[in-house]
Amino acid sequence: MIKAVPKPLEEIIDLVKDFNKVLIVGCDGCVTVCEAGGLKEVKVLGSALRLYFTQADKRVDIDEATLTRQCDKEYLDELKDRIDGYEAVVSLACGCGVQFLAERYHDKIVYPGVDTCFMGVDLDRGVYAERCQACGKCILASTGGVCPIARCSKRMLNGPCGGSEKGKCEVNADIDCGWHLIYERLKTLGQLDRFEQPVDPKDWASSRDGGPRKIVREDLQI
Amino acid sequence: MRLQYPTNIEIIKVPCTGKVDIVHLLLAFEQGADGVMVAGCLEGDCHYQVGNLRAKKRVQRVKDILDKVGVNGGRLEMYNLSAGQGTRFAEIARDIYAKVLELGPSPIRVAREKAVRPTVEEAA
Repeated sequence: MIKAVPKPLEEIIDLVKDFNKVLIVGCDGCVTVCEAGGLKEVKVLGSALRLYFTQADKRVDIDEATLTRQCDKEYLDELKDRIDGYEAVVSLACGCGVQFLAERYHDKIVYPGVDTCFMGVDLDRGVYAERCQACGKCILASTGGVCPIARCSKRMLNGPCGGSEKGKCEVNADIDCGWHLIYERLKTLGQLDRFEQPVDPKDWASSRDGGPRKIVREDLQI
Repeated sequence: MRLQYPTNIEIIKVPCTGKVDIVHLLLAFEQGADGVMVAGCLEGDCHYQVGNLRAKKRVQRVKDILDKVGVNGGRLEMYNLSAGQGTRFAEIARDIYAKVLELGPSPIRVAREKAVRPTVEEAA
């Protein structure tokens, strides 16, 4: 899922300090799972902002809402009857949700309340790690289920490089060498012959190099 | 034991301090509490294993938030004691009371009361 972290409170206060009516909108999707922008985080931020503005003797109405998803129009529509009553909206969804909310209500000021980081997994409670870069052409079948695009700092297709030492990456000793992981996994699977076949250069057009991407599934369209 | 502790402390019972959420603590301050103490079991003695340790982290998080929003994180404290330490309970109740007394009324309560009852100058 998409992983995000809450923006510093000071930053959000600074964004909304000049408004009198602010709506905080959370998302029940990915940001709820990583505890950055779900129902509870909306309540905490709402409470914190109300405390701040009350003690500063400034009357600011802070209201809260949480949508099932902010990356779907049907859920964004749930705000249509109330959003006009607010001067600004703080969206605690990922970058996709913030943008889609701003697109749906294009005359409304929408601020992000979280920093969207990556697509990843939960290693532990509060510990998230990147696993996919959405390059658009999955090669996990040939790399033992370990992605060199997401897990090698250089995104090498034929690794490891000389910077791999004792299973760690030269960029940072806390980072596992992706290609070391691939080697170990292929060894376990008895597929080390994979290393005898160099991989051709990747066509990055399916990744960000081809510009903003879009999927059209005609089979799903009505 | 006839132990004495300040009468204006409102006790809110929870099954375990692990039940105490960040939202609950913030709400207490939003409603104008001058101070809040979380009284949990001794560390290592939680019936639910880690309830009091979770509460400890949540209390710290709320203290940080209170500092950032100008309410003073010192208004919130967590204490650890067992159910058999009545004397200690009275002691920590007096402790948080004295601490809050020193900090003065919560700026939230002051602002609310001011909004309801403006000063003569403001009303004019």
